[in-house]
Amino acid sequence: MAFNIYDFTTFTKSIHDGLSSQLSPTAVLAIEWTIVGLAYLLFVALFGLFLVYAERKVCAAFQQRLGPMRVGPWGLLQTIADFIKLLMKELITPKNADKFLYNLAPFIVIIVSFLVISVIPFAPGLVTFDFDIGIFFVTAVSSVGVIGILLAGWSSNNKYSLIGAMRSGAQIVSYELSVGLSLITMIILAGTMQISGIVEGQRDLWFIFKGHVPAVIAFFVFVIAGTAETNRGPFDLAEAESELTAGFHTEYSGIKFAFFFLAEYINLFIVAAMATTVFLGGWMPLHFGDFEGFNQIMDLIPGLFWFFFKVLAVMFLMMWFKWTFPRLRVDQILNLEWKYLLPINLFNILLMAAVVLFGLHF
Amino acid sequence: MNSEILFFMLSGMIVIFSILTVTSRRILRAAVYLLFVLVSTAGLYFMLNYNFLAAVQLTVYAGGIIVLIIFSILLTSHISERAEMAGRFQGLMSALATVAGAALTLITILKYSFPEKSVTEMPSDVKNIGRALVSYNENGYALPFEVVSILLLAAMIGAIIVARKENMAAKGNKK
Repeated sequence: MAFNIYDFTTFTKSIHDGLSSQLSPTAVLAIEWTIVGLAYLLFVALFGLFLVYAERKVCAAFQQRLGPMRVGPWGLLQTIADFIKLLMKELITPKNADKFLYNLAPFIVIIVSFLVISVIPFAPGLVTFDFDIGIFFVTAVSSVGVIGILLAGWSSNNKYSLIGAMRSGAQIVSYELSVGLSLITMIILAGTMQISGIVEGQRDLWFIFKGHVPAVIAFFVFVIAGTAETNRGPFDLAEAESELTAGFHTEYSGIKFAFFFLAEYINLFIVAAMATTVFLGGWMPLHFGDFEGFNQIMDLIPGLFWFFFKVLAVMFLMMWFKWTFPRLRVDQILNLEWKYLLPINLFNILLMAAVVLFGLHF
Repeated sequence: MNSEILFFMLSGMIVIFSILTVTSRRILRAAVYLLFVLVSTAGLYFMLNYNFLAAVQLTVYAGGIIVLIIFSILLTSHISERAEMAGRFQGLMSALATVAGAALTLITILKYSFPEKSVTEMPSDVKNIGRALVSYNENGYALPFEVVSILLLAAMIGAIIVARKENMAAKGNKK
């Protein structure tokens, strides 16, 4: 098998050819689906565990604590122990809950996260779907995720859950607009919605540098709106623990709670990965136009590492928000979106259109 | 062969969940079944490689309309509520309407000969979508686009007026 850390196209192709030479096309398809599914499951589970650990450590650092230290060296096994504990917990269903919807809600949330993650290119050749409408697919599918949260809140038959779900719904529906519009701004610059095309377009310069002023504005809007869309602090009033115990997932326990928890961290990863792909070049190494020597040195670092380096940097930024800013009130959140971010965004699209029209970008 | 299995799975889901939507007595469950119907329809579009329409279907219907429906249910109804069973007359009338609708659809489908058309494939990239949306030529959507915009604007203004009116009346009462 030809394994090349710089380009996975040959690797995936060799697996495909190896299977095709032995089996019928249907069996090959089934086996490949299984492999891809297992790979995503494994990645999400491991990365989710890592993210929970990272968040606790980052939070501890901001609060001048050490964070988890007891289980394993530097507390590395803490989240694994927590996960085992969650798996063994009893699954409780409230007596008067709508059982069907109550059990369905966590799956909707997690399936949507998995669907979105499938279009993210991790490295050259390491992507499942590469649609011609890539970015649009991301916004389309992620708009379904809120249904899971609304159902969870309503079917729990609990006032706190319902209030949490309503808040979350209002917030996500509003901020979806800003996420979509800031992505549209970048599509104007890229000229394509296909994600591979967007990454390829950043070969000479990342879009955030290429589009200078409007791209930087769009990046900030995207990160703010993305943080709000994932229900993370300072926009976490859907699960404001001081008011609503835990918001929409108050009644959930065990693995079903873990699904919500995991989905929240996958969504954090998705927002960071989209920011990376659209603004910071995805797996593309840092290139500056014609500086051949510099570009070649940067090419020595594989795309996979570039991707995760950038994603982790954006994630750190979002964790920084969470542990620095106090939680907003619901009217403040909606004001921020409708009175500030949306007008800025609409103006920014015009600005970007002008920049692209007159060729003012690099 | 594979796509046939997929087609029957998707259309089976559409049929089953459509029936469940209209027979469920819990209104939120009906909304969720409707969501499944719409998502399966998006799946059919994906099968046809019409990705753009599939994504529109997901955004507008699943992410927009269903969320709106669920929102209004959340605001207005309680979890223990069950829809009333329809009376005998209503049941008879809706059965008649259903049979008539099904017959009409069936006759139309069976009569149509489905001639094979050679359509030039157009990639649904940004340029084509953008051009089609604002061009006023044969295949342009400028007029529908503007009409829909005006309709939405009117609906929005109407909603604001309806919401405002009560507010002002309440203020007037206080004085």
